[in-house]
Amino acid sequence: MATLRIKVRPFVSARPVWLAGLIVLGACLSYGQTVNSCLDCHSAQPGRLEVTPEKFSQDIHSQKGLTCTSCHGGDSSSYDPDQAMSRKAGWKGKVDRKQIPQLCGSCHSNPALMRQYNPSLRTDQLDQYHTSVHGKLLAAGDSKVAVCTDCHSVHDLRPPSDPRSTVNPVNVAKTCSRCHSDAAYMKQYGIPTDQFAKYNTSVHYDAMVVRGDLSAPTCTTCHGNHGAAPPGVDKVQNVCATCHAFQAQMYAKSTHAKAFQDASLPGCVVCHSNHAIHLPSDAMLGTGPSGVCMRCHTAGDHCDRARADILDNLTRLDASIKDADQSLRLAESAGMEVSAARLSQDQARDSLTKARVTIHTFQAALVNEDVQAGMKIADANLKAGQDAMVERNHRRIGLGICLIAIAMMLVGLWLYIKKLESK
Amino acid sequence: MISALIHWLDERLNLDGLIAPFKHKTVPTHRLSYWYFFGGITLFLFIIQVLTGILLLLYYRPGANEAFESVQYIVTRVQFGWLIRSVHAWSANLMIFTAFVHMFSVLFLKAYRKPRELTWVTGVVLLILVMGFGFSGYLLPWNTLAFFATKVGTEIAGQVPIIGKPMMIFLRGGEEVTGATLSRFFGFHVAVLPGLVTVLIAIHLFLVQRQGMSVPPKLDVKWTANPSERREMKFFPNFMLREMMAWYVAMGVLGALAAIFPWNLGVKADPFVSAPAGIKPEWYFMFMFQTLKVIPSKVWFVDGEVLGVLGCSLAGVLWLLLPFFESDPPARTKSWITGLSIFALVYVIGMSVYGYLAH
Amino acid sequence: MCADQTAQPKTSRRRAIELFLGGGLLASLASFIYPVLRFLVPPAVIDLGGDEVVAAKVGDIKPNSGKIFRFGSRPGLLILNNDGTYRALSATCTHLGCTVQYRPDLREIWCACHNGIYDLNGRNVSGPPPRPLTVFDVHLRGDEIVVNRKREA
Repeated sequence: MATLRIKVRPFVSARPVWLAGLIVLGACLSYGQTVNSCLDCHSAQPGRLEVTPEKFSQDIHSQKGLTCTSCHGGDSSSYDPDQAMSRKAGWKGKVDRKQIPQLCGSCHSNPALMRQYNPSLRTDQLDQYHTSVHGKLLAAGDSKVAVCTDCHSVHDLRPPSDPRSTVNPVNVAKTCSRCHSDAAYMKQYGIPTDQFAKYNTSVHYDAMVVRGDLSAPTCTTCHGNHGAAPPGVDKVQNVCATCHAFQAQMYAKSTHAKAFQDASLPGCVVCHSNHAIHLPSDAMLGTGPSGVCMRCHTAGDHCDRARADILDNLTRLDASIKDADQSLRLAESAGMEVSAARLSQDQARDSLTKARVTIHTFQAALVNEDVQAGMKIADANLKAGQDAMVERNHRRIGLGICLIAIAMMLVGLWLYIKKLESK
Repeated sequence: MISALIHWLDERLNLDGLIAPFKHKTVPTHRLSYWYFFGGITLFLFIIQVLTGILLLLYYRPGANEAFESVQYIVTRVQFGWLIRSVHAWSANLMIFTAFVHMFSVLFLKAYRKPRELTWVTGVVLLILVMGFGFSGYLLPWNTLAFFATKVGTEIAGQVPIIGKPMMIFLRGGEEVTGATLSRFFGFHVAVLPGLVTVLIAIHLFLVQRQGMSVPPKLDVKWTANPSERREMKFFPNFMLREMMAWYVAMGVLGALAAIFPWNLGVKADPFVSAPAGIKPEWYFMFMFQTLKVIPSKVWFVDGEVLGVLGCSLAGVLWLLLPFFESDPPARTKSWITGLSIFALVYVIGMSVYGYLAH
Repeated sequence: MCADQTAQPKTSRRRAIELFLGGGLLASLASFIYPVLRFLVPPAVIDLGGDEVVAAKVGDIKPNSGKIFRFGSRPGLLILNNDGTYRALSATCTHLGCTVQYRPDLREIWCACHNGIYDLNGRNVSGPPPRPLTVFDVHLRGDEIVVNRKREA
């Protein structure tokens, strides 16, 4: 910091006095009664020292009435750099990275203080941060790890609800990836750097970004935000269960739950992977490249047979629904009314969705129950489509009769004309 | 019994006197005679439209909230509703088609010449009104395609300088196409247009009746020179019976089209979704729509759209007054109207085809 | 003799013409009029669908239970609370489009597919649903329970 001051001082003092006067005048005009000498100089500073009033006005803290001195200390009313940035006036200069969590925590961990601004805001971020991998490494002297400002940004810090915020749900993954996808930066930690790339192919990314569902999970949903750390191998299912409650209940009662725990396998992740969770397909039950069962099970055993049975049932229901759809589409394109069957197709699809959830019990009989319910509906709808086609044929017969009558009339008329004109 | 009834009626109405003009009427017989049927077929299809239209009115409900559902109800719940609606939709298209055929046949057979100028004028006005029927009726099921077609169509009307904007607001019943537009179009379709068209058809038929059938000029010259070559048939019953055959054929074609290709209902209109791709007008507006599209957006200093709309309107007015551009008797060398007719036919067909290929 | 021979085919020909003309006329008129007569018979189901539907009759539905009804081309859910008030919502889950149901034990709306739960105001309270269910207006007309789509403000 000392070097900085030496550089800045001659630069500023070399300016004529009238320029300083002009700056004061300008500042008074633009900010009314408030004088902030920090911004007046720093908006003209190059590079990282630049903080413009426009930028800082975007900051939630600025909007709540905090100023530069709230974090950096000093005297913002003085245009003398020596006075404004004097240690006597409490000036701290650039806040040391290691001090940042403490500095933020000095307000954010104080419930009495935070209550004056946002009573519902939590005040345990600093405590949580100490439990995180970031916080632990920082305490151990590693200043490369993320501190508050790395994720929340600084000087233009927006609340998470703002879509432009770096910690808005849509932006979180990108924010984390700034370090975690940088192979060179992460080298010393020995962890993978492909999570962001994998996440971008996942169904959760699709839900969040493509379908705009802000409740869809991003990095922090599973890893925590201030207390960011991997959830732990045997606790994965608890994390997934916060949303996928039904599957989790079934899984918890299943034989796999205990087997995976005994083998220290990470629950849901075993089949669905972690960051690259794709939309599950029935092929996961198959024996092909996307099949997951046969990675552990041996072909031909009891479990393999159950797997084949479940897959077969699901495939049959899927095919039945598609057949019924096809039949109804055909009827519709022939102009027949099948909207009731169309509506009931949704229920057949519900059954299929439900059966696919029931897979997590790993019991063929239970899956089969859902499949049978769906089959019944799909078969009825298939029949409705076929009946509609029969009805269409009736219409054609009706048309045929009508056309015969018309033809008869035409022949009659023609003969009559002939007779009339032969006279 | 029937003869007794006829006798009873004859005593009171003098039936013979009633049909007398038809009895004297003759229809020239020559190799182009079959073109005479198209006017009659158009009339027949109009009658079908009136009858099926009245039937549809029993169940149809205008209004943005109910129109689509009521048509869906007709098509799905009412017995043979699908058939009645299909016939109405198909018959509308066939009627416009046969009206076009009728117009061009009249043009090429020179049947518009003196003394039949007024028949031509009423005919062209009828064609415009029938297209108005098509335009207003298209919106009534309140489906997405119709909604956007109406939006575009009324927008084009709004391009006319000075009167365009008020005209568009009059057509739409407001700034935008809404339920108010639907109410208006319903009114035009079931009350205003049928009244006008019925009166005009009456005038048109009366004129045809008064003036008799026109004979193509070349044939007329030949027949006048050599009266023994003249071939005619009585309108009643000979031509009438043939016309009846034509109507029966039309009925068969209509029934088959309606039963085998039921008219699609589409998806309910939602003013808040963006226009689906490939919005195109009904085929009979295609040549005008495509004309507007090919005109560059700025011609010299005039807006292309405005120019197109004005050009089309001017062409329409000139077309209406076409018979008055011919001297009497028509100079044989002055065959530019034939050329113009061929150009018009090729233009309408070409632009329509181009319009469909370009989409 | 000669006259007889020519008269015979003439009458049979006239017969044929009469048969074709009369038969054709009757048959064709019948085939035109039959659909029209059938068309005139009002169908048993009078409901048009659209923005308003009769979801049920009073008494069809017991307190603290729900009923799925058809609303246009989508299902709706009608609930009768214990206090006798009705509530109608879209029955299409906002997660993956399954049909939701009323759970009397939870007093909540539940989607069986992924255990999504909505409260009686349609708010998504737990599980995967990303958005609330659409709430409809309910009012009684005679003994019919009529459900309306809410007019957008």
